[in-house]
Amino acid sequence: MIVDSIRRLGANTLAKLQSIGAAGIFLWQALVAVPQPRTSFPLLIKQLYAVGVLSFAIIIVSGLFIGLVLGLQGYNILITYGSEQALGTLVSLTLVRELGPVVTALLFAGRAGSALTAEIGLMKATEQLASMEMIGVDPLRRIIAPRFWAGFISMPLLALIFSAVGIIGGMLVGVDWLGIYSGSFWANMQNSVEFVDDVVNGMIKSVVFGVAVTWIALFQGYDCEPTAEGISIATTRTVVYGSLSVLALDFILTAVMFGDL
Amino acid sequence: MRTRTLELSVGLFLVAGIAALFFLAIKVSGLSSEVNQPSYKVYAHFQNIAGLVPRSKVTMSGVTIGRVAAIELDKKRLNAKVTLEIYNDVNEISTDSVASILTAGLLGEKYIGIVPGADDTFVKNGDEIEQTQSSLVLEDLIGKFLFNKATEDKGSTPAPAPTSTPAKAEEF
Repeated sequence: MIVDSIRRLGANTLAKLQSIGAAGIFLWQALVAVPQPRTSFPLLIKQLYAVGVLSFAIIIVSGLFIGLVLGLQGYNILITYGSEQALGTLVSLTLVRELGPVVTALLFAGRAGSALTAEIGLMKATEQLASMEMIGVDPLRRIIAPRFWAGFISMPLLALIFSAVGIIGGMLVGVDWLGIYSGSFWANMQNSVEFVDDVVNGMIKSVVFGVAVTWIALFQGYDCEPTAEGISIATTRTVVYGSLSVLALDFILTAVMFGDL
Repeated sequence: MRTRTLELSVGLFLVAGIAALFFLAIKVSGLSSEVNQPSYKVYAHFQNIAGLVPRSKVTMSGVTIGRVAAIELDKKRLNAKVTLEIYNDVNEISTDSVASILTAGLLGEKYIGIVPGADDTFVKNGDEIEQTQSSLVLEDLIGKFLFNKATEDKGSTPAPAPTSTPAKAEEF
């Protein structure tokens, strides 16, 4: 009984280790390839459209609403201390440091990550990947690499757009609706937000999240059981693992970047 | 035609992302106004800098003329040595100016205010502003207030000199 459960524990651990190793080798093989600009650039553009442009609308709408809510909630709290001018600081630091990268990454995992997994899973189930290999085209290079780079490029841009739109949303509520003087709104914001410490660190966060989410999505799709059920499990895993790893990575990165301030 | 719209929308996306970066850099973090203005360094020693942090602003008559570059403990004099970076175009601060640590609002951030003196010689790079006034510590203020209250109640004893009150207040 006990020996059996220990044996199962060991087998599970080995299986997990093996899948982590497989994911690492997979990423390595997809990326370490001689770039061929003539064929890979159009593929990259196509994936940038699928991953970035199609996520554009959801990012703008959710960024705007999160900014509006932050403005409203922040105003209600700050007004009790008579310091509603600090609303710009509150909204911009929250968005640039945390909410911009994190919420964008969560939406990205749901919107683009799941689509990537389902697409590649279906390619595998219908044996498109195998036939590609048969005619001498490396599927890692042709299918996986452009999708990975598209995620790598889109995520920071989406996070920047999210933060910018959110700050405009906070300004709409604070300045135009609730009547904070716009000069002090912007001046307090500019005093407290540092370009390198806040904006660039937020960008680094979003790049890390982009790599993590895209990697998980692609690997789950490539590694899934080639059945309808397998694709559904893999898609669920992409969203769950992607979101969890984003939140965990966010804690680690925050501790490193802002922990000793 | 299909690839044209595709490329156009991707281009639009990239431009929007870069525009957002510029918005965050210039409008939100105010990068343009503080891009390494040429400045010179001046030192000042304070008994107590409680609450002052690096990057706090240095003002004269409320106008920002520089920022705090570094704060460290002067091990010989056992007080705080503050390095101020003052913009080069503000070059007529006389040597007998007073640097004091002030508070924005009741509980706001601490910053340094410089009140110009009357001397004809001006501080240069590496000089020290001799006259300083330390940070206002709320506990000392409460101590003084309580001490004054106690002496008022006794009636006859006059209020002692304000500099000695914190020490006496602690004896209670």
